[in-house]
Amino acid sequence: MSFEPVILFFALGLVAGWVRSDLKLPAFLYESLSIFLLLAIGLKGGVELAKYPLHDLIGAIVVVLAAAMLIPLAAFLVLKRGGKLGRFDAASIAAHYGSVSVVTFAVAASFLASLDVAVEGYMVAFLVLLEFPALMIGVVLARRSSSEAQWGRLLHEVFSGKSIVLLVGGLFIGWIAGPDGIKPLDRLFFDLFKGVLAFFLLEMGLVVASRFGDLRRAGPFLIGFAMAMPLAAGLLGILTANLIDLSIGGATLLATLYASASYIAAPAAMRVAVPEANPALSIGAALGITFPFNVLIGIPIYYGLAVRLQGVL
Amino acid sequence: MKAITPHRKLLSIVCEACLESRVAHDLGALGASGYTVIDARGQGAHGTRDGIWPPSANVRFEVICDMATAEVISTYLHDNYYQHYGMISYLSDVQVLRPEKFF
Repeated sequence: MSFEPVILFFALGLVAGWVRSDLKLPAFLYESLSIFLLLAIGLKGGVELAKYPLHDLIGAIVVVLAAAMLIPLAAFLVLKRGGKLGRFDAASIAAHYGSVSVVTFAVAASFLASLDVAVEGYMVAFLVLLEFPALMIGVVLARRSSSEAQWGRLLHEVFSGKSIVLLVGGLFIGWIAGPDGIKPLDRLFFDLFKGVLAFFLLEMGLVVASRFGDLRRAGPFLIGFAMAMPLAAGLLGILTANLIDLSIGGATLLATLYASASYIAAPAAMRVAVPEANPALSIGAALGITFPFNVLIGIPIYYGLAVRLQGVL
Repeated sequence: MKAITPHRKLLSIVCEACLESRVAHDLGALGASGYTVIDARGQGAHGTRDGIWPPSANVRFEVICDMATAEVISTYLHDNYYQHYGMISYLSDVQVLRPEKFF
């Protein structure tokens, strides 16, 4: 099996963090790299989306969103009943796991490209659409009555957040420009993509290493949950992909989206909408365990499952 | 320059960076004539806030105002943020050169 070298940059960041290296990427670089990645992923998706008639996708979008709703609901029940977590913490963590991680998606796309596995170009549309419903579900789960929730503030936080603005903005620019129009930008956004991803993963390694302290507070149940949940959600992704006849590559990406946990949009949204929840627990689990688990182990597993279960439904 | 330098209060607020826009809005609504925000890092009850990525970033607000406004702001912050967010605030005496800028 071919090995994806960008993973090694993540490992380097982890090691540097563990040995308490003085390596520290400046905060503006983190911001710049994440802006680049979000725009580039949006643009690429928009260019691909221009090749498909949109009305053909509506059925698939409905199925993908409906199945994805099961993830935060199941996570909430498991955390509250099994893990004996409070309502606020269970709801906040459920929202993190229901939402998606853009970087995990990028690593999976890169992994599939290195294996020469084709994927449906419209997967980026799923990435965008799966980012926010779980955040709403998380708030509903946390607040018994909807009048308690500060919906205006939450909606503003989610839809004006940079990840949605850049992904959706890039998607539109790519869609309007089309493959020929975007060509002058290819060198910057597409040729440099993997190099920037490598840099970002180095930074993520450092951040993850700095979060290990949070895991001690999380306890064994949450650590187990952070590895079992992506596997269960990934399997749901493969089955859903079969329902809508995605290719093996598309099924792997959908499984990765379902399995991934948000650590950019969700923490910001939950801090605003459910401030009672302890962010150390959700970020410790989503970023400290689930992100490295997916990047290092999960993605090859989802690919293997996609190959084995192709056409099972 | 005037030789007399009148006294005002300097209200400093260190809080999670995610609160920046809300606190900035509150300060205006509660009567502050202006504020300065500075990126901050540190350690406290909420662990190490190293600022290496957005959820672990802090900011420090500086507001120069009179005692009455400082009390209104402090009370509001206490009632609305202290329970669930990482936030501290403290007051100090300062002398200002252009008092008309700070009510």
